[in-house]
Amino acid sequence: MSTFMPMLYSAWDSDIAYSFRKSRVAVISTLLLLAMFLAAIFAPHLAPQNPFDIAELSLFDSELPPAWAEGGNPAYLLGTDTQARDVLSSIMYGMRISLVVGFASVILAAVLGVTLGLLGGFLGGIVDAVLMRIADVLLSFPPILVALLINGVLRGALPQSAQADSALIVLILSIGLTNWVQYARTVRGSTMVERRKEYIEAARTLGTGSVAIMVRHILPNVLGPVLVIATINLGMAVLTEATLSFLGVGMPPTQPSLGTLIQIGNEFLFSGIWWVVVFPAVALAVLVLAVNLLGDWLRDALNPKLR
Amino acid sequence: MTPRKLLLTATTALSLALGGAAQAETFRLGTNGDLYGLDPHSMTDSFTVSFLNHIYEALVRYDADLKIEPALATSWEQIDETTVRYHLREGVKFHDGQDLTAEDVVASVNRAAHEDSPIRGNIAGLVGAKMVDDMTVDLLLDGPNPLLNNFLTNILIFDAGWLEENNALDPIDAQKGEEGYTTSHANGTGPFRFVSRTPDAQTVLEVNEGWWDTPQHNITRIELNPINSDATRVAAMLSGELDMIVPSPLQDSKRIEATPGMHVLEAPGLRAIMMGFNLGDQLNNASTEGNPLKKVEVRQALVHAISYDLLRDKIMRGKSRNLGTLVAPQVPGFDDANDEIPAYDPELAKQMLADAGYADGFSFNMNCPNDSYVNDAAICQALAAMFARVGVKADLTAETKAIHFEHARANETDMFMLGWATLPMLDGYSVLSAMLHTPGGQMGTWNPGGYSNAEVDRLTEAVAVELDADKRLAMMVEAFAIAKNDVAWLPLHAQPLSWAARDGVSIPQTGDDKARLWLARID
Amino acid sequence: MFAFLLRRIVQAALVMLVVASIAFLMFRFLGDPISNLLPEDATVEERADLREKIGLNDPFVVQYGRFITNAAQGDFGQSYRNNRPVSDLLAERFPATAELVLVAASLALALGIPLGIYTALNPRGWISQGLQVVSLLGISVPTFVTGILLILLFSVTLGWLPSFGRGEVVDLGGWTTGFLTLSGLKALILPSIMLALFQMTLIMRLVRAEMLEVLRADYIKFARARGMPNRMLHFKYALKNTLIPVMTIFGLQLGGLIAFAIITETVFQWPGMGFLFIQAVNFSDVPVMAAYLVLVSFLFVVINTIVDLLYHVVDPRLRVEKSTARGV
Repeated sequence: MSTFMPMLYSAWDSDIAYSFRKSRVAVISTLLLLAMFLAAIFAPHLAPQNPFDIAELSLFDSELPPAWAEGGNPAYLLGTDTQARDVLSSIMYGMRISLVVGFASVILAAVLGVTLGLLGGFLGGIVDAVLMRIADVLLSFPPILVALLINGVLRGALPQSAQADSALIVLILSIGLTNWVQYARTVRGSTMVERRKEYIEAARTLGTGSVAIMVRHILPNVLGPVLVIATINLGMAVLTEATLSFLGVGMPPTQPSLGTLIQIGNEFLFSGIWWVVVFPAVALAVLVLAVNLLGDWLRDALNPKLR
Repeated sequence: MTPRKLLLTATTALSLALGGAAQAETFRLGTNGDLYGLDPHSMTDSFTVSFLNHIYEALVRYDADLKIEPALATSWEQIDETTVRYHLREGVKFHDGQDLTAEDVVASVNRAAHEDSPIRGNIAGLVGAKMVDDMTVDLLLDGPNPLLNNFLTNILIFDAGWLEENNALDPIDAQKGEEGYTTSHANGTGPFRFVSRTPDAQTVLEVNEGWWDTPQHNITRIELNPINSDATRVAAMLSGELDMIVPSPLQDSKRIEATPGMHVLEAPGLRAIMMGFNLGDQLNNASTEGNPLKKVEVRQALVHAISYDLLRDKIMRGKSRNLGTLVAPQVPGFDDANDEIPAYDPELAKQMLADAGYADGFSFNMNCPNDSYVNDAAICQALAAMFARVGVKADLTAETKAIHFEHARANETDMFMLGWATLPMLDGYSVLSAMLHTPGGQMGTWNPGGYSNAEVDRLTEAVAVELDADKRLAMMVEAFAIAKNDVAWLPLHAQPLSWAARDGVSIPQTGDDKARLWLARID
Repeated sequence: MFAFLLRRIVQAALVMLVVASIAFLMFRFLGDPISNLLPEDATVEERADLREKIGLNDPFVVQYGRFITNAAQGDFGQSYRNNRPVSDLLAERFPATAELVLVAASLALALGIPLGIYTALNPRGWISQGLQVVSLLGISVPTFVTGILLILLFSVTLGWLPSFGRGEVVDLGGWTTGFLTLSGLKALILPSIMLALFQMTLIMRLVRAEMLEVLRADYIKFARARGMPNRMLHFKYALKNTLIPVMTIFGLQLGGLIAFAIITETVFQWPGMGFLFIQAVNFSDVPVMAAYLVLVSFLFVVINTIVDLLYHVVDPRLRVEKSTARGV
C-alpha cells in the first residue's frame, strides 16, 4: 500500500489537475458520475424502497405513472413497474449492480493484464511469447463473443440451482477475462522500454530483486495509460453487461441490472407504461456517456501514445 | 440446387411478380414461435401440429365449436371393444394428385404408432391399423377407448406411396444422420399446399384448389412469420406488416385497440395454469428441514395467501379466469362446485401455518418458465411476493421452458408452474392420468411431486375404459373433488386467448388457441 | 514469407481446435435436448431410450472425439430442433448475415472515413464538435436501445420501413439475396444502420485520431514548409498514411460486425446466423450452437490471417506495431 499513494500522485500531478479544472466537460461528467456512484453505493439508505425485498411489494401499487403524471403517487417519483417495484429504486439498485460488475471486471482485467504485461515485458522469452500469442488470439475475437463464450462455459460448469446466485460473479469473470489484453499489451510495451533504462540497470546492480523493480520502478511509470484504458473500459464493461443481460444471459429479473431493466421494459414498449423502459435506458446511457467523456478527457490530458 | 427446385423458385418469383391480384388474399400471420418442421409425426408441439393441419388432415377434426366432425373419414362404428371401423371419404386427392385410400391411412397410423415415433404417447392404446377394403380401415385397440376420436384429430394422414418413394415410411429418428425428407417437404390433402420454408423466417402455403371440402375461406396464400419478441411482433402488427398476430401480448391490447384499422380478439382459453408441489420427504431447498409442503394444512394455507383477483386484475390485466379446479370450464370434468376459489385471507394463512408448526415460515424453491405461458414469470414473481407476506420465502428461478420442464419433471424444485390444456384429448382424463394418478408406466407421467391417492387412482382407471359419457363425467368430477381437497395441485387460472388482427379479418377463435385459417376470411 | 505463412496457418489451426473444444464443453452442460424431443407425457423409459439413442449416455471423451472428428469434416450433426443437418441450416442463414454485414460495413466506411477526415481537418468547427458528441453518444447508447428506437420511429410511427425480417428474397442457386427486390432492400435499411452505427463512430474517431497524428508528423510539416498546397498534403499524403492502420482495424472489426449481428438480428428478427444462434441457445440446440461458434471463429481466423498477410506484404515492420495501433 505504501507504494500506491506515490504512484497515484505521479499520475495526478498538478498539470492534470489544472487541465481538469479548465475542462467543463470533465467537471460535469465527474459530478454526474459522483452523483450516480453515491446514489448506487448508498441505495439501501437512499432508495425509497428495497425492490429486492418482495414482501414490500404490493400489486395494488403496480404500474403507477411518474409522480408528476396523472394518477402518479408522490411516494414513487418515477412510477412503478408491473410488479409494483419503484422504478427509481430499481434504477438505483440496478446501477449498483451495473457498477459492481463494471468496476470489478475492470479491476480484474487491469490486475490480470498489468501482472501479465509486467511479467511478459520483464522476463521476455518463452513467457512473453506464450502470453502474446494468447493475447493475439483473444484480440482477434470481438469482446462480446468472447464474453458470451466465457459466460456460457461458466454457466454450464455451475449447477443450475446456483446460477441465479452466481450470475454476478459469472458476469464479472466473463467481462474481466475478456478485457485484460489491452492492459497487458500496453504495460508490456512500456516495461520493455523501461527495463533498458539506466536507472533500472542501476537498481539491478544494487541488488534489487525483479519483483521489487517491477513493482517499485516500472509500475508507477505505466500507471497513467492503465488508468486511461481502465476508464474507457469501464464504459465498455457496463455496456457489455447490459448487452448480455438484454440477450438473457446476464442478471436474472429478480436482481435486475440496468440492462435487465431495459430488457423487461422492452416487453412493455407499446403498453403505455413507457417509464419502465425509458428511465433505465436514460440512466444507462448517461452513465456510460459520462464515463466515456471522462475517459476521453483523461486520454487527451495524459496524452500517452495510445488511442 | 436441383432443376426442379430451380423451376419452383422461378415460378414463385414469377407469381410474386404477377401477384398483384393474388396479393390481396395473402394472409400474413405472425406467431411467437416457428414450426419445428413439416412432419406432423415428428413432435407433439401443439402449435406446429395445428399449423400443419392446413396441409395435412386427419380422419376426424374439431370444428369451430371444438366438436368432433368427419374429415377424411365420413363415418365410423365400434365393431367390438377393441376395433373401430372407419369409412373413408371418396374423391379426396393429395396435393401431388394421388387418391386417398385405406392404404394411406394404414401407413400413416402405423407410422404414428411406430416404436420410434415421438407422438406414440398421444395415441396410447392404439395397437395398429388394418385395411378392410380400399376405402375402409379398422383401428385396433388394446381395450375400450372413449377418447379415440379426440386422439385421432392429431394423427395426420400421409400418402403411403409418397412416403415410400421418399424413404419416409418410418418416423424420423433423431439418431439417423440424414435429413428427414418429411421435415422439409409436405404432401397432404388439406386446404393449403406447401410452397417454401426458411426456418425461423417464413413458411409459405398456397391454396389447394382441389380440396374436397367447400372452402369457407377466401385466402390464396398464407405467409407464416415467426417473431419471438413480443415487442417486435406488436411493432410489425402496428406498422401494418401483418394481418394477424398470435398471441397478442395482454399488455399491448390497449395500444392495438387504439390503433385505427386493427383490433384485439379475445376468448377464454382451455389452458389451466397451476403450481405443482414437491410432496417428497425433503425439500430441495437446503435451508428447510423436511418438507412442510407435505402437510395438506400448509398447502391450504398457501392457497389462502394468494389473492386470485389481484393476479387476474394486475398481472393478467383482467383477462384470465380464476380457476379453483384443474381443468377449464370448456373441458369435460369441470364442475362448478370444484371451481370455488378459497378466500384470500393472509391472516388465516399465517394462523394455519402457525398451527401446522411453521409460525416462523420456511423457505422453498420455486421454478417457473419465462417463455411458455402468458406472463408466466410475472405470475411467479407476484406469487412469491404474496407468499412472502405470510412469512413463507419462495426462492424463485425463472428460466427458459426447455430447462424449466426438465427441472420440474426431475422433481428438482419444490413448487413449479405447469399449464395444461388437455390437448389433443380435450378431456379431464388427460389431467387424471398424467398429473394425478400415482406415477408408474404410462400413468402419472407429469406427476413429479408424487401425489398419490388410491381413490383417485381407482377412479382414473375406471374413467379410462368407461364408454358411458355420464358415468365417466361423474367419476371425473369426483376425482377432481378429492384432488382439490388434498390440494394436490394449486390451480390459478384459465389462460386467456389474445390475438390481434387488422380490420377485415374474420376468424373463429377457439379455446385451443389454434388459428384455423381455412375458416378465416379477409377483405 | 513461406515460414511466416506456415506459422500463421498452424496457429490458426490451433486456435480452431481450442474454440471447438470450448464450444463442445460449453454446451455439453448447457441444457438437455431431451425435453424438446419427446411429448410432455413421455414415460421415463422412453426418455432413457432416447438419451441412449442420440448418444448422450456415451462417455464424455467418446462424445468429444465424435464431435471434433465430425466438425473437422464440416459435419455438426442434426439440429435437435429442426431435424436437419446443421451445416444446411447455417448455409441457409449465411447469406442473410453476410448481406447485412456487408451493407453495414460499407455504410460504416462510407460515412466514417469522410466524417473522420472532416473532424480532423476542422477540429474546432462546431460541426466537428457536434460530431464528436454524436460519436460519443454512438458508443455510449447500447445498440439494442438504438435498434428499438429505430423501429419505434421508422416502422411504428412513420410506417416507412419494415420492423422485422428480410422482406422478399430471390434465390440465386442457393444464395438468397434481398438486393433484388424493393422490399428486400427496404428491410435492409434499419438493421444495417443499427449494426453500422457503432462501427461508424469507431472508424470516425479512429480516422480523426490517425489523421491528427499524421498531420503532426515531421514529413508533413516539411512538406507544408515547402509550400505544398493543403489539399494535396491532406489527401495525397496524410490520408494515405492514415488509411493503412484504419483498413487493418476495419478488417478486424469485420469480425466484430458478425458478432454484433447477433444483437441486431435478435432485435429485428433477421433470419441470419446470429438469430439462429440465439434461437438455438433458447432451445438448447447444442449442435447448432457449437457449429455457429466454430464457423464464426473460423471466419475470424481467416480474416485475421489475411489481414496479417497483407500487412506482411505491405510492410513487415508494421506487423509488430499493429497491436499497439489497435487501442479501443
